Amino acid sequence: MIARLLLLFALLLPLPAMAQSAREPKLVPDVSQRSINIQSRFTGAELLLFGAIIYPRGVAPAGQVDVAVVLRGPTRPIIVREKQKVAGIWVNADSIDFRSAPAYYAIASSRPIAKIIDARTAAIYELGLKRLQLSPTGEIETREVRRFTAGLVDLNRRDGLFAEAPGEVDITDQVLYRARLTLPSSVPEGRYVAETLLIRDGRVIMADDSVVVEISKTGFERFVTIMAQQYGLLYGAFAVLVSLFLGWFAGYVFNRL
Amino acid sequence: MDIYLPIAGLSVNIVVIILLGGAVGMLSGMFGVGGGFLTTPLLIFYGIPPTVAAASASTQVTGASVSGVFAHMRRGGVDFHMGAVLVVGGFFGTLFGAMLFEMLETWGQADTVINILYTVLLGSVGGLMAKEAWQSLSARRAGTPLPPGKRRHHPLVASLPGRWRFYRSGLYISPLAPLILGFITGILTVLLGVGGGFIMVPAMLYILGMSANVVVGTSLFQILFVTMSSTMVHSLTTRAVDIVLAIFLLIGSVTGAQIGARLAQRMRPDYLRLLLAAIVLIVALRMALGLGWQPDEIYTVQFL
Repeated sequence: MIARLLLLFALLLPLPAMAQSAREPKLVPDVSQRSINIQSRFTGAELLLFGAIIYPRGVAPAGQVDVAVVLRGPTRPIIVREKQKVAGIWVNADSIDFRSAPAYYAIASSRPIAKIIDARTAAIYELGLKRLQLSPTGEIETREVRRFTAGLVDLNRRDGLFAEAPGEVDITDQVLYRARLTLPSSVPEGRYVAETLLIRDGRVIMADDSVVVEISKTGFERFVTIMAQQYGLLYGAFAVLVSLFLGWFAGYVFNRL
Repeated sequence: MDIYLPIAGLSVNIVVIILLGGAVGMLSGMFGVGGGFLTTPLLIFYGIPPTVAAASASTQVTGASVSGVFAHMRRGGVDFHMGAVLVVGGFFGTLFGAMLFEMLETWGQADTVINILYTVLLGSVGGLMAKEAWQSLSARRAGTPLPPGKRRHHPLVASLPGRWRFYRSGLYISPLAPLILGFITGILTVLLGVGGGFIMVPAMLYILGMSANVVVGTSLFQILFVTMSSTMVHSLTTRAVDIVLAIFLLIGSVTGAQIGARLAQRMRPDYLRLLLAAIVLIVALRMALGLGWQPDEIYTVQFL
């Protein structure tokens, strides 16, 4: 990773010549790991999203630039259910279908989002957990959608699947930025897209979503999942045999003791 | 030490899982119950998805009951004839249970129904056990042991058509009675991830009126086959059996079961039953609190 950072520096040196035509700064984003393998010792992962801001003629302008990075997991349709007390017991009384809920969503920014960008732009780019667009199906009141979204966000936040980290993007000399995001062990497999936004004067100057992280099970974990999903009969029979054997074996060993 | 569970999709501490299996195994060795009624809620409490917990717990109960079945078989404590009828009923019960589970899931009430079942079943069985153990304890203390209860089956059982002889159980009753009993425990096995011993044993004693020396062995025999069937049904429908989780639970529970069986020989049976009753009632109370006072989560997510 340090090698990569050094490489970035090396790339930056001859830049003034290259970037002369562009008038706006550019982003060169990267990530510490392009693929994450889930194997038996997987307990979650930490990703370092970093990169450089390249200014025309290599000169950082006056005034502050801000960077926000968003990492989104694969989206999937879900039902969120809400328990209410009915006749003295808590039951699932209400529910909403969301067509596209991200399995993972984390945002880090150099300053709180509300301070660097206006609410409308933030909503367009889905910056922040409050602005997730989950596409509820059917005609549902906005207030209700908001209540269920808040419930989902709270749940996923405690599980580490949703995260918001204002002020966690470090910018060095207005040029290099980096942010650390953590993934819990319960992240599902799939394509995770990192979007980096360069913000100045309340405007998104540039957005880049070219960085992709693939998370997948490998080796034994992948084998077990495929067996369970596609060869249920064999898998079940194996599980039964293992349990019978272990039960018998323990009895055998203890009888000898 | 952490290990990733491929089907549950998260990492857990192996030591916790083995200890959990060991504790449950000890109880199952001591009391001759499968212990699924403890494993499933404890796994859910630890963060394992409920379906995975129930499916993997039934795999674990299979392992925990094997050595018990062998032990009872050696001393002639299994009525195979009765056991076979129960297993047939149990097999159809697991199939029906899987259908029921899917229906409840679509309806969105699976967890509520499961909680209610746990509360009602464990509450009533635990209450009964506690009452009985207490009565016999206080009777002994007073120096007047209770007269051995009359063994007879429930009048409803007598009204069922057709009668078979079950020699070892000392019964001449309709096979429909154990068939229905097996069916019901089969449903519970799939829904709750329990072996059903805690229902089966009292039902055999008080509803069927089986002779006491074959009750535990035959119940274990039925549990063995029905949990095997439940593992298969889960593997084919919910696909939620986590073999890694099951193996670590098994390592703990088969060892615990052996230790428990040895401990049980040194303890007075009345105290043993009172202890089991207390554990069962605690689980029931915990479930009741989730239902009536405050659930663990207001919002839950179901993936489509």
